Amino acid sequence: MNTVLSAIVFLPLIGALIAGLFGTKLFRELGKDSEVYGEHHAHAHDDHHAAHAHDDDHGHHGHSDGPKWPMYLTTALLCLCAVLSWYVFAGFLHEPRVEKIEVLHWINSGALSANWMIRVDTLTAVMLVVVNTVSALVHVYSLGYMSHDESQPRFFAYLSLFTFAMLMLVTADNLVQMFFGWEGVGLASYLLIGFWYQRDSACAAAMKAFIVNRVGDFGFALGIFGVFLVFQTVDFDTIFAAAPAMAGKPMQFLAWAPDTLTVLCLLLFMGAMGKSAQFLLHTWLPDAMEGPTPVSALIHAATMVTAGVFMVARLSPMFELAPHAKEFVVVIGAITAFFAASVGLVQNDIKRVIAYSTCSQLGYMFVALGVGAYGAGVFHLFTHAFFKALLFLSAGSVIHAVSGEQDMRKMGGLGPYIKITFAMMVIGNLALTGFPYTSGFFSKDAIIEAAYVAGSGFAFWALIIAAIFTSFYSWRLTFMTFNGKPRASHEVMEHVHESPMVMLIPLFVLAAGALFAGFVFKDYFIGHYFKEFWGTSLANGPVMEEMEHEGAVPSLVKWSPFVAMVLGFVVAWVFYIRDTSIPKRLAEQHQPLYKFLLNKWYFDELYDFIFVRPTMWLGRFLWKKGDGFIIDGFGPDGVSSVVNDVTRGVVRLQTGYLYHYAFAMMIGVAALTSWFLFGGAH
Amino acid sequence: MEIGLSQYLTVAAIIFTVGIFGIFLNRKNVIVILMSVELILLSVNINLVAFSTFLGDLVGQVFALLVLTVAAGEAAIGLAILVTYFRNRGTIAVEDINLMKG
Repeated sequence: MNTVLSAIVFLPLIGALIAGLFGTKLFRELGKDSEVYGEHHAHAHDDHHAAHAHDDDHGHHGHSDGPKWPMYLTTALLCLCAVLSWYVFAGFLHEPRVEKIEVLHWINSGALSANWMIRVDTLTAVMLVVVNTVSALVHVYSLGYMSHDESQPRFFAYLSLFTFAMLMLVTADNLVQMFFGWEGVGLASYLLIGFWYQRDSACAAAMKAFIVNRVGDFGFALGIFGVFLVFQTVDFDTIFAAAPAMAGKPMQFLAWAPDTLTVLCLLLFMGAMGKSAQFLLHTWLPDAMEGPTPVSALIHAATMVTAGVFMVARLSPMFELAPHAKEFVVVIGAITAFFAASVGLVQNDIKRVIAYSTCSQLGYMFVALGVGAYGAGVFHLFTHAFFKALLFLSAGSVIHAVSGEQDMRKMGGLGPYIKITFAMMVIGNLALTGFPYTSGFFSKDAIIEAAYVAGSGFAFWALIIAAIFTSFYSWRLTFMTFNGKPRASHEVMEHVHESPMVMLIPLFVLAAGALFAGFVFKDYFIGHYFKEFWGTSLANGPVMEEMEHEGAVPSLVKWSPFVAMVLGFVVAWVFYIRDTSIPKRLAEQHQPLYKFLLNKWYFDELYDFIFVRPTMWLGRFLWKKGDGFIIDGFGPDGVSSVVNDVTRGVVRLQTGYLYHYAFAMMIGVAALTSWFLFGGAH
Repeated sequence: MEIGLSQYLTVAAIIFTVGIFGIFLNRKNVIVILMSVELILLSVNINLVAFSTFLGDLVGQVFALLVLTVAAGEAAIGLAILVTYFRNRGTIAVEDINLMKG
């Protein structure tokens, strides 16, 4: 078992290193003549410009001249990992336990001791399955999707590196190791969002993602420091064992005495908010869609953004002891679910709609965590990974079909041309909106019921409304893309083609997951066996058990998500199939509201005003005044200009006229003589 | 009035000063500078001879002859340099000779 677990964690790293170090252009060019390299380089550069002059999502005009083996190597390793993960997971279904493998003594300094351990319990096993399955499928999908790109080895190396970092995160045994994985996925996310670094917008989006995440990570880091301060350890088991003793005790911070665990949990949750794009720190996620679509599916839908959910679930024994922190989690989750869904209603970029959908679904998960239904939250994470990756990859397939167009207003009528993608998208939608017996039906309804049972009316109604929105924007996306009259140019329509098999097979697998994952696993995650299944890995609150009781949830509440789904579907159908003039009229009638939603509640503008501009001003001030004027002015520049002035004077003395020198000599001689005669020569 | 040592020295001093000013106030050409240098040497010679007579020591006059020889050599070399310079640069105007300008 130990070998299997180590293999799961380290195979992606090996793949990333080999592909990244030996497969990339850098290595291949090392041995070549420099002149050849220069020529080749210039050529490649031109190609890139051609490929990305438009908003081309997968570089049709580029060509790959590199070796194919890095792609196949990383993909094969990841597929192996995925199979092994399912094997491990199957073992955990029957026999939940905690496996720990010590890799090395990592940090040992004073009281701080952090070992590098691979810790696998049920929660980790679930995450292993999610991460490795989606990652393997995305690798396979990318073989087709990125086949025109010339930096494929780099892309696959990054993907594998990301997978390794994510595995580090989920197998962490202490907070420091988790933070390592946490930053690792942040780095990989940055690299992959900015994968097409020739585009300014991609670079800007990558930086935005990185910086916004730093805000969250600041809180996370403070949380870790706080935990160490309070518990003298960063080890999960030790913290959880000591936490009950700290419950309700205040900690001294300057003049305040806030509740210890509440403070720690809120700080740690701040990290989760950043990584999981929750309300206030969500702005990076839609922009992250600048990355290639497989990246959006893997990192910004299925795995990395769920790291925050995983972290809160992992720390559930702590959160259970901090009721105020949990309330905060519920409020943030509910607001995010509602907010993101409302913005998703009016977006026109196919990937952005799904990005806001992701944001919204993450809100659902946090509501579940906040009310204490950790099992339900992680269950939704599990099912969401399948159907959201499916939706993203289907969207990628659509984008592939229409030559890189992402604006839904320029699509339409694609259904007959790409039937399989259409079917996959519909399956994804059904699962996302919670059609009975699809995976989303079980997990999402469980969350809504949990919110109801926990007595959080605000969260309950926010989630119900968000469910209506979800259904509406999902079907709106489908109808705008596949139904109606084609709005794309004639040229594009002629080229519309179904994706190759290598891209469709991952879709089939994910579709199977989206349809059946809920039905197959619901008894383990949230049903009868949930206690045995989760074991000690989650500290599920009383909500989970209450939900089990007959009559705890009125049938009206049980049916409400279904009603919401049907409502959203019908409205979308009326708006985008029956009478396509309604949306335009509505938008004109409610112009302010429409603009408000279209501009994402003006968050980017608000942040620009509150944070970005003052920061820019401060930076400019420090640059121009502080550095340029004071430091440079009195430092190097000042000294050098004084030296310059002096030299200029000295230069003027050197006229070059002989008689000036002779005169100087004369004066000198006269002066010396006078001094000898009348001065101190005695 | 008897012509004594001081008169000789005065003449020598005047000639010396004329030579110095010849060098500095000269704006025309380098030949004038050479001539001024000759004047300075001449004044020195006068001094030497005057002191030689005054002190009754012939060494001074021997020295004066030496100086004359050196002056002749110097004038010859200086003029030769000037000729070469003129061939190379086409001018011997003092204003234009400023190759050593910083």
